[in-house]
Amino acid sequence: MKRRVSLVIDRTTCDGRGLCAELFPERIVLDPWGYPIIDGDAIPRSLLDHARRAARSCPLLALHLIEGRQ
Amino acid sequence: MPRLLAGVEPTGGEIGLAEHFAQWGVLDLRRVGGDLVDELEASGLVGHGGAWFPVATKWRSIGTRGTRRPVVVANGAEGEPASSKDALLLSRMPHLVLDGASAAAAALGASRVVVYVPARLTHGIERAVEARRRHGLDPVEIEVVSAPDAFITGQESAVVSALDGRPAVPSFVGLQPVRVRGVGGRPTLVQNVETLAHVALIARFGAQWFRAIGTEQFPGSMLVTLSGRYAGTVVIEAPLGLPLREVLALSPGSESNYRGALLGGYGGGWVSMPTLLEVDLTETSARSWNTTLGAGVVVLLPHSVCPLVEVARVVRYMERQQAGQCGPCVHGLAALDEAVRCLALQPASLRGGVEPILDLCALIDGRGGCRHPDGVVRFVRSACSVFSDEVATHLRHGPCHLIDAAPILPIPHFRSAHAANER
Repeated sequence: MKRRVSLVIDRTTCDGRGLCAELFPERIVLDPWGYPIIDGDAIPRSLLDHARRAARSCPLLALHLIEGRQ
Repeated sequence: MPRLLAGVEPTGGEIGLAEHFAQWGVLDLRRVGGDLVDELEASGLVGHGGAWFPVATKWRSIGTRGTRRPVVVANGAEGEPASSKDALLLSRMPHLVLDGASAAAAALGASRVVVYVPARLTHGIERAVEARRRHGLDPVEIEVVSAPDAFITGQESAVVSALDGRPAVPSFVGLQPVRVRGVGGRPTLVQNVETLAHVALIARFGAQWFRAIGTEQFPGSMLVTLSGRYAGTVVIEAPLGLPLREVLALSPGSESNYRGALLGGYGGGWVSMPTLLEVDLTETSARSWNTTLGAGVVVLLPHSVCPLVEVARVVRYMERQQAGQCGPCVHGLAALDEAVRCLALQPASLRGGVEPILDLCALIDGRGGCRHPDGVVRFVRSACSVFSDEVATHLRHGPCHLIDAAPILPIPHFRSAHAANER
């Protein structure tokens, strides 16, 4: 089994400040209203640091990095 | 067949305890234990609230080994305006639902059982619970809590919020699902009331009996709320896997006078009449036609109304029923509502035809905290496809002559999800 790390957004808390898209443009873009668009894909090891920084920096603590197994 | 509806006359009152026992026999809840989960697994029962998830798998995922005992919630909120099967069960056959709720509690070792139903039904359920108390039937006392009248109050995490005294709107469960941390922080089973009624029968008669009808993958029977016909709204019970054409034959009326049909309710999808007659009563079949059975909703749409006006009215309702919590849903549904309203009523003002509507759908899909926006997207996308002729005609010639026809799809008198929470 492989470790699988992906991003989850707490949509009820996110208010679209957009910091995550600044910090992790490889995987996060903003919609026309300023809310992040992400896919549920696994984050490759090469991008993990950026993903972590984005999750750590969310002003509302609404972005989470979760580990699952797949 | 029928099973759940056995002995139920079309009109009449609640089936009392004596009648319930005469019909089904007594279920000794003190002898129900963890082996009921094995029986449910063998039965292949899936949830009838709309998700069609295997019941045994769900029950096994409830944390029973921790230090906190589980909570069982019988979910009868039924926020879907085109569904009335849960209300029928609760008002006519409450003891079947209550047997199932208590059996779930016994199997999972739960120490709290709550029946969560619309305010108009609480009185009847309380009376039924009181009758059971006099007979000492339920090992764990059953509480009755009223669900605010709004579309999303039956969503799993919204149910938990309501029972914890917060507004009945969905919450973020991406890190800790309700099955792990639900009501009062305890592992929680939220199960639709029809599902629990099936549990009550499986606990009595076993998996093999249950499998005597239905299909291998989807055994048993289901309740279907069928509306749009002259006969009005009816709830019928049919074996899973039955072709829709045979389901329709169970109630009077012909199929010739309809423009299309809505499957799965306001978060479901439209199909053409030829397609409808190809679908069978399984979620797999419905999914293969890009729709869902949802909670068993079938609405036939007559030729006497403009489908696009009907769609716009429902989208407006669904937009007003969002909880106002998640950006993509708040902004996305507002934009979609406006675009769909234009398509129905002022097509000339819609730049770019139907494309912007489909673009909005793609932008919203999968981006809410719950599935509410996804349901609206499915509803709108399928409408654009099934009613493509009307869409083209509207874009070319403006609104049609049926613009002010009397509505078919029921729109409850609604307040916002939050206003509904202020009691």
